[in-house]
Amino acid sequence: MNAAILVFPGINREQDMARALTLAAGRAPILVWHAETELPAGTDLVVVPGGFSYGDYLRCGAIAARAPVMAAVRAFAARGGLVLGVCNGFQILCEAALLPGALMRNAGLKFICHDAYLRVERSDTPFTQGYNAGQVIRLPVAHGEGNYVADAETIARLEGEGRIVFRYSSPDGALTPEWNINGSIYAIAGILNERGNVLGMMPHPENHVEAEIGCTDGRGLFAGLTSFLAA
Amino acid sequence: MKARVFVVLKSSILDPQGKAIEGALRSLGVDGVTSVRQGKVFDIEIAGDDRARAEAVLKEAADRLLANTIIENYRVEITP
Repeated sequence: MNAAILVFPGINREQDMARALTLAAGRAPILVWHAETELPAGTDLVVVPGGFSYGDYLRCGAIAARAPVMAAVRAFAARGGLVLGVCNGFQILCEAALLPGALMRNAGLKFICHDAYLRVERSDTPFTQGYNAGQVIRLPVAHGEGNYVADAETIARLEGEGRIVFRYSSPDGALTPEWNINGSIYAIAGILNERGNVLGMMPHPENHVEAEIGCTDGRGLFAGLTSFLAA
Repeated sequence: MKARVFVVLKSSILDPQGKAIEGALRSLGVDGVTSVRQGKVFDIEIAGDDRARAEAVLKEAADRLLANTIIENYRVEITP
């Protein structure tokens, strides 16, 4: 795996992400500053990490989505390269139109910072092959704007094409409003683009990869990516 | 040339902040408010005095950055 992690002013999860990728792949990713116009040669995974790029000015992710490096990311994704966006990274990918829809203020208006349960809907994607379909995992969330919205046609396509990869659920995998922590339509926690090579998700898999933390449910995502890219 | 760009959420998009403000107005005893939607205003100065060009610049600014047209509508107003 030759991962590149994008770094924008105000991003703060890049080191957690680098640690998780290093643990999974056995080699450290390269951090790429937002003003760069090219990705490192040989990059096979671009990660847009979490944080508060540009202080969430204008809209979450709006300024970062227009940074110089994003043209290179767009070209990389158009060639089929894998792109993972987590939390603010998900918001940035939506603002960059690499993923459909938008992330609005949480329905309950509060910043949510605790563990959430996610039902993994598919195991046949490069990002989720380390899990079983229907498996429930526990990952931390930390966001104020994670309430996914899109027009009815987009939602119907996401659902119909199996592009909803993670949903907020109960520990048993039930989809009920009380477990849909931020009010996202269809309890959406993570989606794929049409081609299936760009994934955005609000929860933080990079923070549940070490036993010392008390949960390793995030490992599957990085292990899956590592074996996919090694194949 | 001075201009103002108004950005508001589309009517199909829920606005929990507007709802919270609406509730706060009610608790303050401000009567007669039936709905609040929160938006943004940008005061922008444009070089030159070509109105048509200014409109084109503002439209480009709004389409490419100021508004996310998935969730928001915008309106441009140029000060006469």
